Amino acid sequence: MLLGRVVGNVVSSVKVKAHKGYKLLLVRPERADGTLEAHSYVAIDLVQAGEGDRVLLLREGSSVRDMIGATAAPVHAAVVGIVDEVAKQ
Amino acid sequence: MYLAKVTGTVVATQKADGLDGVKFLIVEPVDDDGRPAGPQQVAADAVQAGVGELVYVCTGREASMALDEQFVPVDLAIVGHVDDVQAEGGGSAPVREKPARAKPAARGRQR
Repeated sequence: MLLGRVVGNVVSSVKVKAHKGYKLLLVRPERADGTLEAHSYVAIDLVQAGEGDRVLLLREGSSVRDMIGATAAPVHAAVVGIVDEVAKQ
Repeated sequence: MYLAKVTGTVVATQKADGLDGVKFLIVEPVDDDGRPAGPQQVAADAVQAGVGELVYVCTGREASMALDEQFVPVDLAIVGHVDDVQAEGGGSAPVREKPARAKPAARGRQR
């Protein structure tokens, strides 16, 4: 999983059946120094996250499929947690 | 999964088992503002996308799950059309106009 920041939403009206009903978030991974990577992931939202939230980004399909209760869904990334705090040495 | 722009089509007659009827398109990853952000790739199309459109793609083994026949040798699939990107920094990203496109036909294999 990655620490990331929700930087936006993706609006898609025509998509595969498995994605219907899920919000799509644009998430940028966070570097160790707190800055954000340049590239974004499109992830389905499983925790009602919103723009600006610091989140846990999961990038592994079978776990996401378990969470949405699908045996075969083309999903590879999901937001699975909203991070309250990170403590580092 | 990430944003990409469809930049071309691929025709391949000789394909591995399971890929008959799968449409392949060239996609180019783009950033939140629609600017090119990586080398082009070939993606299987699960949503009747067209050249010039902004889409989002699914990577990895899950990509094949977007297709009629699953677990075929595909590692990138177009899984949705993107109508709008509402990204930080105000306003919408300059999403390219969609080309006129016929209503997607009933899903099924194309030859």
